[in-house]
Amino acid sequence: MISPDHFQALFDPRGIVVAGASTHPGKFGFVALHNILSCGYRGEVFATNRERAEVLGRPTVADLTEIPHGKADLVFVCTPATSNPEVLRQAASVGIKAAFIASAGYGESGEAGLELQLQLVEIANELNMVIVGPNGQGLVSTPSSLCAQIVAPYPPAGSIGIASQSGNFVSSFMNLSRQSGVGISRAISVGNAAQVGILDMLEYFADDPKTSVGLVYAEGISDGREFANRLEKVCQRMPVVILKGGASGLGARAAASHTGSLATDDRVFEGLCRQVGATRASSVAEAFDIAAAFSTLPAPRGPRLAVVTTVGGWGVLAADAISSTSLELVHLPADLRDTLDGLLPPRWSRNNPIDLAGGETKDTVPAVLDAVVGHEEIDATLVLGMGIQSNQGRLEREGPFYPDHGLERIVAFHDRQDSRYADVALAASIAADKPVLIASELAIGDPNNAAVAAVRATGHYCFASAERAVIAMHRLYERTVWLESFGEPNNERH
Amino acid sequence: MSRTLSESDSKDLLAKYGIPFLPEVLISQADHVEDALVGMTGPYAVKLCGPNISHKSERGLVRLDINGVDAVRQACHELFDEARPEDGATGVLVAPMATGLREFIAGVSVDPVFGPTIVFGVGGVLAEAIADVTVRLAPLRRYDAMDMLGSLRSRSLLETFRGEPAVDLEALADLLCSLSDAAVGIDGLESIDVNPVMIVNGLPVALDALVEFSDVEVEP
Repeated sequence: MISPDHFQALFDPRGIVVAGASTHPGKFGFVALHNILSCGYRGEVFATNRERAEVLGRPTVADLTEIPHGKADLVFVCTPATSNPEVLRQAASVGIKAAFIASAGYGESGEAGLELQLQLVEIANELNMVIVGPNGQGLVSTPSSLCAQIVAPYPPAGSIGIASQSGNFVSSFMNLSRQSGVGISRAISVGNAAQVGILDMLEYFADDPKTSVGLVYAEGISDGREFANRLEKVCQRMPVVILKGGASGLGARAAASHTGSLATDDRVFEGLCRQVGATRASSVAEAFDIAAAFSTLPAPRGPRLAVVTTVGGWGVLAADAISSTSLELVHLPADLRDTLDGLLPPRWSRNNPIDLAGGETKDTVPAVLDAVVGHEEIDATLVLGMGIQSNQGRLEREGPFYPDHGLERIVAFHDRQDSRYADVALAASIAADKPVLIASELAIGDPNNAAVAAVRATGHYCFASAERAVIAMHRLYERTVWLESFGEPNNERH
Repeated sequence: MSRTLSESDSKDLLAKYGIPFLPEVLISQADHVEDALVGMTGPYAVKLCGPNISHKSERGLVRLDINGVDAVRQACHELFDEARPEDGATGVLVAPMATGLREFIAGVSVDPVFGPTIVFGVGGVLAEAIADVTVRLAPLRRYDAMDMLGSLRSRSLLETFRGEPAVDLEALADLLCSLSDAAVGIDGLESIDVNPVMIVNGLPVALDALVEFSDVEVEP
């Protein structure tokens, strides 16, 4: 029943109506219109207000029937639940095919609300409309510069598609997107999921050329088998990262069975994710790390990981993290060791992690990265220690001696070097078609650091620690293994 | 209301799906012990068996390491004395003792949302405290069965262990796939416990089994 046209109306509408626009800046009906008008949406924007009051300096109409037929595809509904059947009928009468219903007072509020919700779905089906919500926070669609939601933020454009049973997590993920620069294609809070839910969104994302990875927050799942089957079909086509809240809390287990008491809801969900090829994350930060990795990195062909670090300790922890995964801290091939011997002073680690031991000169890091990333026995590379130079540069720049004593020149040099390392690492990744992961706590500690900024400028992701990068890399590799279990090589390229 | 099969009937049913059990005999009277033990070398495991017995160990209905015909006969007498009317028709199962350091638990549990699931975990007396368990939806692909083994935190137990050889992973995956076939093939199933699965010379052997039906009307 729900067709591609419906999703196009939802995410790439030619025009939008905010139903229930308000003059009060604290009301949803104001905020929704504000956000749509403020983030660059290029289609026509209409608003209804019973008193025809001007909102944000724009005229409004009293109801949807006054909007010219065919000018709008989407209505963003902020009117009270009792008004909404009429809003939908009027919307359909002017050619609107999709409605996002932010209004509350439905299934979340009890029996009477649930009745209204069922009635709304019935009307939508009869009108051949798609309705998302009710009780949802809104949607974002960067290809259309569309921020139709009652909360912030509006994220940068990218290829992560977010679908959530809780609007707050849409915000959480998009906040991390804005911080890291790894962008979003579409994001939607499905609210009470009366007519369409997370799987409908994922199926649309899998078809959507703008989206390369699904990022999901899910709570209750009622139709378990259908959920698993549909999710598996999506995962065959696109990586999906799932953060799951709460247990399904259904039914006591059989008394006689020991295995029954062991098959907890959480373990069942974990197992189902591994089976259908979905990547389950344990926190918001981890979920975004992994989605960002899927979105920005080529798929690893194998488990052999090299770690390049400018100092020892980071490499040690990275090696520890790798040892608890199925990734392999690859033993350095002899020819690569010879190559590195020629580039580095004798005190370098001569093993993996490749510890440069402070031996890098101006062109060492780029040469080492090229040699390591490009080597045929290495599937992926983790780079640690970027940003150190420009971090010192910052202290010098902010100190009392700057710009004298040669500081101006050296600070600029530090910034250039770090920026160049980031560019080189990512160029090597593209040239070899292999993942190169960059990790530094400066990603959080100083997002303006030259290395971090350079990574962000290329559209890549700077992981906040080596361990987090290793976890994300491991999950990418697990997807490769899962896809190969069907006899298909993993050729996903983003 | 659920109904359980006796250990003996549970094993007969599951053996059809390929679950590996030891050869054993079901004795209806203690007098039959001598005949029953022909061709079976001891020491023996002796257990009371009945359709409504589900927690044998807790009730002291399992006697292990019994040596010689007389001792087995004595154990049979004692176990028959322990039988309660609600246990249903009872017999005594006599099997050769299996020895191994590693025990696992495997089974099927029907989830109210996701339907039949296959469960596999570390067994033995510390099993519940360790809670190293992995679950998948039935039916399993062979990949899923192998992935279950790799998902255990204590997967090093599957390697060589205190003088015992490494576990034959293919055989253990076979067992899980057999459980998957049973989960799909048995109508009205509520749960299956195969507990313990002992590793004997690297191969999994199921030493006990319990099949539970959700519906008293359904026959195996």
